[in-house]
Amino acid sequence: MNLIPIVAVELQPIFAWIYRWLEGLGLQGTLLTVVVYAGLGVMVFGVLAVLALFLVWWERKIAGHMQQRFGPMRNGWHGWYQTMMDGLKLLQKEDVLVDTRDKVVFFWAPVICFVAAFLAYVVMPFGDGLIVADLNVGILYIMAVTTFTVISLLMAGWGSNNKYALLGGMRSAAQVVSYEVPMVASILTVILFTGSLSMVDIVESQSGLVFNWFVFRLPFGPVAFMIYITAATAEANRTPFDIPEAEQELVAGFNVEYSGMKFAMFFLAEFVNMFTVSAIAVTLFFGGWQGWEFIPSWIWFLGKTFMVVLLLMLFRWTYPRLRVDQLMEFAWKILIPIAFVNLIVAGWMKYAGWYW
Amino acid sequence: MAEPGIVFWILAVVTVASAVMVVTLKNIFHCALALILCLFSVAGIYILLNAEFLAAAQVLIYVGAVAILMIFAIMLTSNLASKAIRQSNEQVMVGTVVSVLFCGGMLALIYLTDKAIVSEETGVAFWRQVRGTLPADNVASLGGYLMTKFMLPFEVVSVLLLAAMIGAIVLARKEKA
Amino acid sequence: MLFYLSLAAVLFAVGLFGVLTRRNTIGILMSLELMFNAANINFVAFNKYVWADGLIGQMFAVFIVVVAAAEAVVGLAIVLLLYRNWQGIDTDHVSVMKW
Repeated sequence: MNLIPIVAVELQPIFAWIYRWLEGLGLQGTLLTVVVYAGLGVMVFGVLAVLALFLVWWERKIAGHMQQRFGPMRNGWHGWYQTMMDGLKLLQKEDVLVDTRDKVVFFWAPVICFVAAFLAYVVMPFGDGLIVADLNVGILYIMAVTTFTVISLLMAGWGSNNKYALLGGMRSAAQVVSYEVPMVASILTVILFTGSLSMVDIVESQSGLVFNWFVFRLPFGPVAFMIYITAATAEANRTPFDIPEAEQELVAGFNVEYSGMKFAMFFLAEFVNMFTVSAIAVTLFFGGWQGWEFIPSWIWFLGKTFMVVLLLMLFRWTYPRLRVDQLMEFAWKILIPIAFVNLIVAGWMKYAGWYW
Repeated sequence: MAEPGIVFWILAVVTVASAVMVVTLKNIFHCALALILCLFSVAGIYILLNAEFLAAAQVLIYVGAVAILMIFAIMLTSNLASKAIRQSNEQVMVGTVVSVLFCGGMLALIYLTDKAIVSEETGVAFWRQVRGTLPADNVASLGGYLMTKFMLPFEVVSVLLLAAMIGAIVLARKEKA
Repeated sequence: MLFYLSLAAVLFAVGLFGVLTRRNTIGILMSLELMFNAANINFVAFNKYVWADGLIGQMFAVFIVVVAAAEAVVGLAIVLLLYRNWQGIDTDHVSVMKW
């Protein structure tokens, strides 16, 4: 495992300067590494928090415009700081607690959800050399840490001691576990061709022309992407697969008993998760940060990711919610067979050499 | 041999403490959460031992599948109201004695072996000499071995998983009225 | 390596205690998982410190993880069946076969 963060060439002088400054303060060895990584963590956290605030506003604007409304308009130009005001309001609110709650579980559920949402960004390549740590288990690590979200939802459902919350938590767990199978199968299709689990290697194997992007590798690339984006919508608990928090039937699902700060943590984590699945889709299928060189690589990455996020938002405001049995049937009887057939076809074509 | 660093001690303490919580807590749901913590810190120990793939697989399979399955089983079987039911049987004393004896015996065995079996050439215990080197790319070499040397076990394990899946479905299915 | 082996021994003993004293069958299954993990730590530690060639220890651990998952699935199916037939999953309830 590489303990010095890999940074872009143009950023290396800055990092060297920071290292020298920290060493001047008397830090060295493990402590220096810990401080540098803590700094990187704070940076990534800050960027993502701002992104999540932006995504909430964007989602409300899109929802409004798709329904021939304007969405938030009062705070600033087209309501641009509406989300910040909402956040401040949530922070000030009283934390309403249920007497029958399971104290430890109730407290830790939002914390774990919040942390798990940010863990995936350890291996996310934001740009050319902009990655915190290039682990050799990259994408597998992401799949592993995102499972903590399910645990936190189950904890929230159980800790609230409320039947709607419990139902929401159990539905969510069943849904995420089921949709993980087609998701992993479609990711495997990509890994078959890159021959590496490292996110950097996956991006670099799609370099060159736009036709080297995995989504354009016919016929299995587009199929894998469609399976991935469907499963990702379910993993991020978004409509049409948002039965864990279906407002109309479960009042709000697992987070019905949460208020104030704790609710804000769940809410932010949800949007960060949406950004995560979109960023993974970009890395795996759309060549990651690669594009024309006169635009910085991180702008390419963010731009492509926002396009995928936009797709997810359009899904949300276009399709009605599925029923539980329809959802499970869709996963097990349609998505998983297609995903595995796709995987087999891709493997066969790789063996026969019919790819570029 | 280098002493294990501070990270090992933190992980070891978390592992053992959460394992004790798994076997002693009253609320079975808390036990499941402690189990998750324990398995997660075992994954950290795998990383210390240069087994990155195994660590990721451990989290993915245990936390993502087995623990969730157990929580599901807990939610489906236990009564939400009856949290304070007695979880341990009458053998607590016997169990304590047996496991403490076992633990002591194992530890004694480990240290006695370290002392007793000494290689003639180097003068240290034979198991303190590493044979060969760990491959640099853990994931790629594991995959390579899985497809060559361990091909037959790999196939057998996949059949075993299929059998387990069918068996679980047959067992847990509701009988037709 | 002795530290890793000792940790595994302690973990195994804790799991053993759980298997011996739990009434709840799910609790017993959890303790079994602890014992599996103790064995896995041993395999991986031996892999690093004694026989690094061929990654045999890690390969064993991977297979153990898979078998443990299969065991948990079948075990929990049996637990659900027990609950359906006896309305309880404590081992005390399932004494029909005892004589």
